[in-house]
Amino acid sequence: MKNKTSFPPQEGEARPSRCPDNSAFKQQKLPAWKPQLTIATVLSSFFLIGAFCLAVGVCLVLSANSVREIQIDYSDKCSDCSKLRENSSNWNKECHCSVNFTLKEDILGDVFMYYGLQNFYQNHRRYVISRSDAQLLGRNVNIQKSYCAPFTTYRNGTPMAPCGAIANSMFNDTIDLFYNLNSSVIQVPLLRTGNSWWTDKNVKFRNPESYNLSSAFAGTARPPYWQKPVYLLDEEDERNNGYINDDFIIWMRVSAFATFRNLYRRVRRIRQFADGLPAGNYTFHISYNFPVTKFKGRKHVILSTVVWSGGSNPFLGIAYVVTGTAATLAGFVITAIHLKLRKKKTYFQK
Amino acid sequence: MNVRVGDIIKLENNQFVAADLLLLCSSEPHGLCYIETAELDGETNMKVRQAIPVTSELGDTSKLARFDGEVICEPPNNKLDKFGGTLYWKENKYPLSNQNMLLRGCVLRNTEWCFGLVIFAGPDTKLMQNSGRTKFKRTSIDRLMNTLVLWIFGFLVCMGVILAIGNAIWEHEVGVCFQIYLPWDEGVHSAFFSGFLSFWSYIIILNTVVPISLYVSVEVIRLGHSYFINWDKKMYCAKRRTPAEARTTTLNEELGQVEYIFSDKTGTLTQNIMVFSKCSVNGHSYGDVQDMLGHKAELGERPEPVDFSFNPLADPRFQFWDPSLLEAVKLGDPHVHEFFRLLSLCHTVMSEEKSEGELYYKAQSPDEGALVTAARNFGFVFRSRTPKTITVHELGQAITYQLLAILDFNNIRKRMSVIVRSPEGKIRLYCKGADTILLERLHPVNQDLTNVTTDHLNEYAGEGLRTLVLAYKDLEEGYYQDWSERLHRAGSAPEAREDRLARLYDEVEHDMMLLGATAIEDKLQQGVPETIAILTLANIKIWVLTGDKQETAVNIGYSCKMLTDDMTEVFVITGHTVLEVREELRKAREKMMDSSRSMGNGFSYQEKLSSSKLTSVLEAIAGEYALVINGHSLAHALEADMEVEFLETACACKAVICCRVTPLQKAQVVELVKKYKKAVTLAIGDGANDVSMIKTAHIGVGISGQEGIQAVLASDYSFSQFKFLQRLLLVHGRWSYLRMCKFLCYFFYKNFAFTMVHFWFGFFCGFSAQVRCWLLTLAVGGRQFLWESRAQKRIPTVYDQYFITLYNIVYTSLPVLAMGVFDQDVPEQRSMEYPKLYEPGQLNLLFNKREFFICIAQGIYTSVLMFFIPYGVFADATRDDGAQLADYQSFAVTVATSLVIVVSVQIGLDTGFWTAINHFFIWGSLAAYFAILFTMHSDGLFQMFPNQFRFVGNAQNTLAQPTVWLTIALTTVVCIMPVVAFRFLKLDLKPELSDTVEERGAAAAGGRSRQLAEGNTLHLRRLRYEDSGRYSCSAGGRPLRSLRLLVEEPPETPRVSCYRRSHDKDVLCEWPQRAKPSPGTRATLWVKRRFSAENATEQRCRYFSKARKFVCRVKVPPGADDTKPLVVSTCVNNGAGGSAGEDRIITLSSVLKPDPPLNVTVEALEKAPQRLRVNWSYPSSWDPRFYWLRFQVRYRPEPAQTFTEVDQVTTTWLDIRDAWRGTRHVVQVRAQEEFGHGTWSEWSREAVGTPWTDPRDLTSEMGPFSSQFPTEDGTYWVTLPPELFQEDDAADAGGAVVEASARSTASPYAFLGIALFVGIVVR
Repeated sequence: MKNKTSFPPQEGEARPSRCPDNSAFKQQKLPAWKPQLTIATVLSSFFLIGAFCLAVGVCLVLSANSVREIQIDYSDKCSDCSKLRENSSNWNKECHCSVNFTLKEDILGDVFMYYGLQNFYQNHRRYVISRSDAQLLGRNVNIQKSYCAPFTTYRNGTPMAPCGAIANSMFNDTIDLFYNLNSSVIQVPLLRTGNSWWTDKNVKFRNPESYNLSSAFAGTARPPYWQKPVYLLDEEDERNNGYINDDFIIWMRVSAFATFRNLYRRVRRIRQFADGLPAGNYTFHISYNFPVTKFKGRKHVILSTVVWSGGSNPFLGIAYVVTGTAATLAGFVITAIHLKLRKKKTYFQK
Repeated sequence: MNVRVGDIIKLENNQFVAADLLLLCSSEPHGLCYIETAELDGETNMKVRQAIPVTSELGDTSKLARFDGEVICEPPNNKLDKFGGTLYWKENKYPLSNQNMLLRGCVLRNTEWCFGLVIFAGPDTKLMQNSGRTKFKRTSIDRLMNTLVLWIFGFLVCMGVILAIGNAIWEHEVGVCFQIYLPWDEGVHSAFFSGFLSFWSYIIILNTVVPISLYVSVEVIRLGHSYFINWDKKMYCAKRRTPAEARTTTLNEELGQVEYIFSDKTGTLTQNIMVFSKCSVNGHSYGDVQDMLGHKAELGERPEPVDFSFNPLADPRFQFWDPSLLEAVKLGDPHVHEFFRLLSLCHTVMSEEKSEGELYYKAQSPDEGALVTAARNFGFVFRSRTPKTITVHELGQAITYQLLAILDFNNIRKRMSVIVRSPEGKIRLYCKGADTILLERLHPVNQDLTNVTTDHLNEYAGEGLRTLVLAYKDLEEGYYQDWSERLHRAGSAPEAREDRLARLYDEVEHDMMLLGATAIEDKLQQGVPETIAILTLANIKIWVLTGDKQETAVNIGYSCKMLTDDMTEVFVITGHTVLEVREELRKAREKMMDSSRSMGNGFSYQEKLSSSKLTSVLEAIAGEYALVINGHSLAHALEADMEVEFLETACACKAVICCRVTPLQKAQVVELVKKYKKAVTLAIGDGANDVSMIKTAHIGVGISGQEGIQAVLASDYSFSQFKFLQRLLLVHGRWSYLRMCKFLCYFFYKNFAFTMVHFWFGFFCGFSAQVRCWLLTLAVGGRQFLWESRAQKRIPTVYDQYFITLYNIVYTSLPVLAMGVFDQDVPEQRSMEYPKLYEPGQLNLLFNKREFFICIAQGIYTSVLMFFIPYGVFADATRDDGAQLADYQSFAVTVATSLVIVVSVQIGLDTGFWTAINHFFIWGSLAAYFAILFTMHSDGLFQMFPNQFRFVGNAQNTLAQPTVWLTIALTTVVCIMPVVAFRFLKLDLKPELSDTVEERGAAAAGGRSRQLAEGNTLHLRRLRYEDSGRYSCSAGGRPLRSLRLLVEEPPETPRVSCYRRSHDKDVLCEWPQRAKPSPGTRATLWVKRRFSAENATEQRCRYFSKARKFVCRVKVPPGADDTKPLVVSTCVNNGAGGSAGEDRIITLSSVLKPDPPLNVTVEALEKAPQRLRVNWSYPSSWDPRFYWLRFQVRYRPEPAQTFTEVDQVTTTWLDIRDAWRGTRHVVQVRAQEEFGHGTWSEWSREAVGTPWTDPRDLTSEMGPFSSQFPTEDGTYWVTLPPELFQEDDAADAGGAVVEASARSTASPYAFLGIALFVGIVVR
């Protein structure tokens, strides 16, 4: 052993101490909460959650049952029209059909009218990206850079407004509802605005700035499948025309699944319809423009009311009831297992 | 310094030798120089090197400059103890040997300066040749992780293929029709090609399942753990001012999985300080620390050390606690005086007196220094020596002795002597040496004293002290003259000089008078035995690999509790040839198996088992064994054909000590274990000789603060005390492992939960994740980040594009990192208290392939719910204002929000230790998610980048819907509740040790124990042995007191009987027990030769509960004399007391009791109606090659009651000539050793037979001519009674040693004598 270890003390003090700090963090002694899965917490959480889920589930089921909904598939009923539309050269020929239905009871409250499409893959990747949000914001952008292809420009270079596959495939059937009251036919008043999100209507979509709409869209052309240019979507209402047309906005909010319904109109609650739709015979007059047979799709028209949880959808309520039941049962099973099978624990052992 | 071969280097005292040098000359006469080789082989005694005579005169530089010799030598190699070469100089040849070499790593001692010629430098030096290659170390979890990532990649490709096929089919069936609204991309002309493209794009989308950020996070966590190690105050050595240091940051979790520790001895286990601690003089033992009442005092309450102030020459550092020795010196006890006189004369220490009274001793070995220092303090001060004299200050009086001869020490003699002439003219020989050697050379009149001293020696050895025996002898002048004449002649004899000298030494060192014995403590480092005990409890096997001598190593083994007296046997392997080593290993294995089998299930084995069987048997061995192997034997044992045998033997032992090993052998041993055992190994050492082992082991630990930093530089962790190892492994290692495992489980879970949603969504969106070809090339180019970000911008998936980017980085990474860094399952004290907590790491239970699949399954389960519940809700639903709910963006926000919430809840469940940081990260992540979500969906960002932030307004519109929140809540409940249920049930039904420990901790802290509800008294009804343990009492969450309760019953007095089955078998001693002994009962048996001073051999006895017997196996040393009487003593003790049996005196031949003869058959002889032929065979336990058996046959006709006996049969057959006609006879045989030693065996099983009967008067009952009992099933010829063999097979198979533990409840009456020992420890 050499005497290396016996340094003079002052030298040792001069050196910085290499002793680690005695802080709780460095010594891993931070105060901490150590949650434990005890029988009390587990069982109480299971029973509480079970009770909560059952309660919510029952509410949801009850409210979903109170929703009235009428759904009419008109893709077959208008077979003539659909045949006509199969041939794309007939694009400018008009075709109408009507569908009758009877309401046995009144539908009270707000009534919403939807069009539903089946098998229409709005969630397809190429479809979803095929739009230019900058263009829809009214900006003059080079849409060549967007993913609108092949619905970007015409061969002669005229850009499409709006561009992209979503806009091009916009649902363009016109559906009117008539109430047959004592052999007289009353058109049910329908609201065509106020159906879209406020943010969409006021932030996300903007018409190009100009003194009037048609000049704003000068130099552009309608998408190939459209029958009229974008600034003629609603000739009656200036604030519902061009890109900020509600039908257009709603269409542009693509659906997550291939089967979906979009809000089309709301029943305006005036006159006979102040409380909703009275019982009786009704007719849908449909101007059939949107071909679906090509892709084996179906079209529906739906009338529905809503409650706090939205429209008629039994799934959530049933799921909650099932979950609540399962949680409660699991609580009982755990109790039983705990009482029967657990290892006896005595703390007074080494 | 640029040292090259051929340079001449000057070294000064205490300098490290920088290269392998040929010693040319030194400051000492004859070119001698002293070196310390601790760095090379761990030995700290000094060694002498000598220059060859021709160069030793080259004292000054001018002569050296003219030196132009040429050295031709062997190529560089790793043999530390061999060197061969020739020096050519001035047309002469001089042979060079290792004796002329100074090897790199040695330290020059006691030599002012020396010059050396560089022979090997740099990597050619023997030291460097001995250090293994540096390997890149990775942890097993790393390797597993890499495999898993590959698997995940495979899984990813599978998903890609499935989705691509789906895409091709979809495009073919559906997409074709949909082309009016969505034409195919340019260049895509077929569904097949579209599928091909979609394969690549899915690979890109789903790549989040292969966690790239995993590696980064793992490194961050390891870095954190390394900092915790560096910061640990409990691993800081204040004395050396060195904190622990994690020198690598990649191995932390492996610290939690260590199974084998390879430790150096010198400087690691020991401090390398020798202290004179006890002595026995004339049958009186001194040195026990005693308190006032004369009882042996416990450590920690030591009284003041003895005051040596009367002696001005005393060494102030020397301490001794027993004042009676000093009193004896002062009273002038002649024995004590002679004792210290011997110590001050008989040594080779050099003294140095720098100023008056300031003495320094330079000792070759620290033991010697300690002894001389002790003598110095007790007033016998060795002052100076010349070649002819030694001057000693005896109690202040200077006396000069004439030094007549030094009979020096070597490994064979194991003793050294001096012959001195006192001033009065008396010639006396003083001798000190190993007890085994010296006790045999004593004069017979010493018998009584020898016995007492032997007892003391045993006591000292039991405490792990190194002992030496001291003796003297008066020589007559005439005899001495004659002897010295002969010595002189022998010294000058040309041949066989050594032998002749040895014979002369032997002659004079005879018939000596015993003086006493010394005991030196090789000071262990602080806390070494405790650390080893705890590590052993944690199932870690510790091997000591040392360059030191075998005796030293074994001594240290005992003192640090690696070897204990409880061990069934310590095998020592010292063979010099391959065959010897193999034989010794085989014997050791047979011993182990023998005991485990014959004691265990009763199958005696006769055929040699194949080695594969051997292995499995060895693994089930229950007894405690230890193996000591020497370096030269190890060299053979490590050869390719024997290494497996060696390893299996060694691994079956509880402790392994390898002595005299070279650095490379150390590495080879580590490599061997690594290779065959697939276990995590850790090597710890302090010197350069440990570097190779440190580099080879999975984890290398360097002890810092000692001289030399090679070991530290090569190590992965370093600290300055061996005892810190337990903290490093049991606390830091365990936590690291636990945290890493939890982290990995969660990480894989969250990525699968996240990514698999894409997969399910693929089935609903036409499998449409397509990218263009230029993206593809980027993907193939592998520029991960670029294409990842590009792809995510381009490909709308289930989620918002930014969510994908941020999910791994912001939303989920920090909580899991915090868990990975801070989590603790049990407090650190608990992991020391319960070393068993370390086991999950060794067994790799917390993260393995099974756990991985569970995590993945949980992730997939979560992803399924995460997609399908929102799908079910959204499919037809509308918002409460009538608008569509199921738009793509709302769906994305809903899924993403529920995903973030679910994984946050999950991490909350996983986090067992919520520090403020965990709280901050978990809640912060959730808050950050919502903050970022609303920012991303805000108007401002959209106005700036409309094409990038197209989710504008989505968050506020979607999250305002009660349905959405109900969906999120439902998803969370459904994802989490099953996990909670499973975890709770697992905890409830199969709690891990850590759970129960934690729960107890919680119970103690929370005072929730049931028993406390009964008031403030605890009643233990029906007290059982199992009630022993620590009881603590707490109130208001604070532990008040704890006490230990011991429930045991004093043992019964043993009545021993011994027997031996054959000459070459061990003796078995046994005694019956009336009741089952308490669990802590230890029974020990000592055997020693009567009238002999040798140490008794000690055996641990085992209790066999079925047979109700204690059985010991007494090993008979080969070549033992069968007729010499042996004394067998027994002692049984436990916490409640002890009792000793009467000594029994046996001879090995008198206890012989063969097994009964086998295969006894009785045959009729043709045409001899009165004769029967009896045949039998030797019992299998008896080898008839050495001694025969003689037999006694007895027979009777069946109707008769009495047997007729035939004596003195030496054949294995007998003709009975007086059989009754036609009657069945019963025959039995028993055996005894041929000379009548020992006792008769038991009678064999009865055999029956009927003599031949004339067929004419054949009666109906004629059976077969011979009838024979079937040979037994193998259990028969073992002497142990059959019921013994049925004992607790289960326990033995499981390897339980103490089978008396808590199996059956002892009956109530057994508790009448129960003693309770209650020691109260106030916390």
